[in-house]
Amino acid sequence: MEALKQELKEKIINVLNLEDIAVEDVNDNDALFGDGLGLDSIDALELIVMLDKDYGIKLADPKEGKAIFQSIETMAKYISENRTK
Amino acid sequence: MEKKSRIRKIMELKNVYITHTNCITPLGFDVAANVQAIAEGNTGITQQSGMLPEPFYAGVIDNDALTTAFAAISDKKYTRLEKMMLLALQPMVQKSGVQLDSKTALLLSTTKGNITSLPNEGNLPDEVYLQGLAKNIAGFFGFTTMPIVVSNACVSGIMAVSVAKRLIQSGLYDNVFIVAGDEVSEFVLSGFNSFQAMSSVPCKPYSADRSGVTLGEAAAAVLVTKDSAKAKAKITGDGSINDANHISGPSRTGEGLFRSIEIAMKESGVGREKIDYISTHGTATPFNDEMEAIAFNRLGLENVPVNSFKGYYGHTLGASGLLETVIALESMAQNKVFTSLGYDEPGVSQPINVITKNEDRQINYFLKTASGFGGCNTAVVFEKTGNGR
Amino acid sequence: MGAATQQWYLKKQAMADKHFITDYCTIEKGRIKRNGQEVFAASDTSFADFAKQAYKHAETEYSKFFKMDNLSKLSFLAADLLLKGQPLDGSNNTALLFANISSSLDTDVKFNDSISDKDNYFPSPAVFVYTLPNICMGEISIRYKLYTENSFFIFEAFNPEFFANYAAILLDTSRADKVLCGWVEFFKDDYKAFMYLVSKESGTDNTIENIQLLYNS
Repeated sequence: MEALKQELKEKIINVLNLEDIAVEDVNDNDALFGDGLGLDSIDALELIVMLDKDYGIKLADPKEGKAIFQSIETMAKYISENRTK
Repeated sequence: MEKKSRIRKIMELKNVYITHTNCITPLGFDVAANVQAIAEGNTGITQQSGMLPEPFYAGVIDNDALTTAFAAISDKKYTRLEKMMLLALQPMVQKSGVQLDSKTALLLSTTKGNITSLPNEGNLPDEVYLQGLAKNIAGFFGFTTMPIVVSNACVSGIMAVSVAKRLIQSGLYDNVFIVAGDEVSEFVLSGFNSFQAMSSVPCKPYSADRSGVTLGEAAAAVLVTKDSAKAKAKITGDGSINDANHISGPSRTGEGLFRSIEIAMKESGVGREKIDYISTHGTATPFNDEMEAIAFNRLGLENVPVNSFKGYYGHTLGASGLLETVIALESMAQNKVFTSLGYDEPGVSQPINVITKNEDRQINYFLKTASGFGGCNTAVVFEKTGNGR
Repeated sequence: MGAATQQWYLKKQAMADKHFITDYCTIEKGRIKRNGQEVFAASDTSFADFAKQAYKHAETEYSKFFKMDNLSKLSFLAADLLLKGQPLDGSNNTALLFANISSSLDTDVKFNDSISDKDNYFPSPAVFVYTLPNICMGEISIRYKLYTENSFFIFEAFNPEFFANYAAILLDTSRADKVLCGWVEFFKDDYKAFMYLVSKESGTDNTIENIQLLYNS
């Protein structure tokens, strides 16, 4: 799971163009949305695409995203349980 | 000081009117056919397949009907969107008697233009550039002025009306033909889909279970002029103010729309009690409809009958502002308002007066509003003129 | 200019309050100039690199910059030169009047690429939102809290006549106190931004000739 979390941190910074954030700055349990990393609604949609593209997970209901994308920890857990790639 | 007020007076004195209108939509190729279909509660939205991985709903124009209609006015080669636009413009260019001289402008409104001609590789054909599209339209009729293209997301169609009004009031032009159009394309469908913004059923503006847009395609055209002779309506005021909030989500307080309507009403010299009807943007996304309800309430317009035409046409993007204005002008001419198709249970946090059945209503003033990506908003007030039709 | 414009313009000059260009800037081929002076250059590099360096040089601190597409980055860098330091409390009554040739085609092509291969079909919402030319103005409105008019027009080439006329209309009808006129053209790393502020404050006369001169400089 550690490798996955590291991978997710790198991907998020890359895919979401978080230029001034380094992997070391992102803690596993930091809030990704709201105050934490400050991601917004378009970022959430991009993460849904990333789940599909990189891990083969198609979210049945996009609203599920809110819980899944709370933190790197919750994302890693969900992906490791549901990935098809 | 004196010079300043003289200029303002000059610009204020000149009235600007809409005298001719037309539209090409899935509901018909003239205004009368469209109004009849709407009055009968018919929708132009049907189930489609092919452009997306799964079947979807959209307001699509029948290709055979379009080809046949266009063959009657020309045998030359034009793109599908150009055919729609040319068919929309042709009757009024022919019948209005307006000379296509240096005081006559062509104003074209679109979001994506001939995006369906975008190749997967190589150089872009001229028609993909919006001025390439505009030149094809202008060239068909022989306009002698350079066409002006406005591309400002989904407010383009109604913003074009405000631009035309200002160009005429300034004296630069006496007549402005506006044509607005957009097509249902894989490009736009896939984009809205990626935004999770598409409804899986025909859209339901203002309803509690609304779940997003249905896309549509159409072309609409109007003649904006200083000549009152055949005026359907006077354009009395307009406002276009940005939300300054987010590039895709509307302001939660409806700030830009609120200010736009306020300015349009102030310029028109009308208070809220004078607005008889509002033709709204009503895209049926959770956020847009909610934002509109908030803005209307802030202005004390919550009791004014409102409808969204997107239940009949879908969201026709760069055409929507103008197409919906064309239909709303007929509402005003006939003193009749039409059902806001797709609406059932109230689904916005502040009350608004959604029209649930066709009914007679005296309309002397109506408001057209639109909002779009980039935080843009436009509001225009129209006044009935004595000439009616 | 057209005969109609010439007549209108002479009448206007005689009667109207005058309008002036108070500030202007140009960004092209890796160079940024403001009011005729070079303020930054990074030649021989891609726009992406140039933009990043220019952003850092400007010390603007606006992380959303990196989410923007090329057209929005170009527009933002130019607008930032002219609007920096102005109050961010919503009181800035500066309208935006922008135009170009290619609309959002630079990003349209990118988005089209993401949907053209049916075996690798992943349309990106972050790219799609920029497939409209007016988004670049929205980004500036958001940054500078401009509750004002944004209008985007498309022409075949730089059109000083339209800019001069329409900016004058906006000021004469009190739609705004200032107009930020922006020519922002971007396609496949070929770019030019030319922006200037027009208002009733004193400066260079807002004439078609002057606008063309500054554009060419």
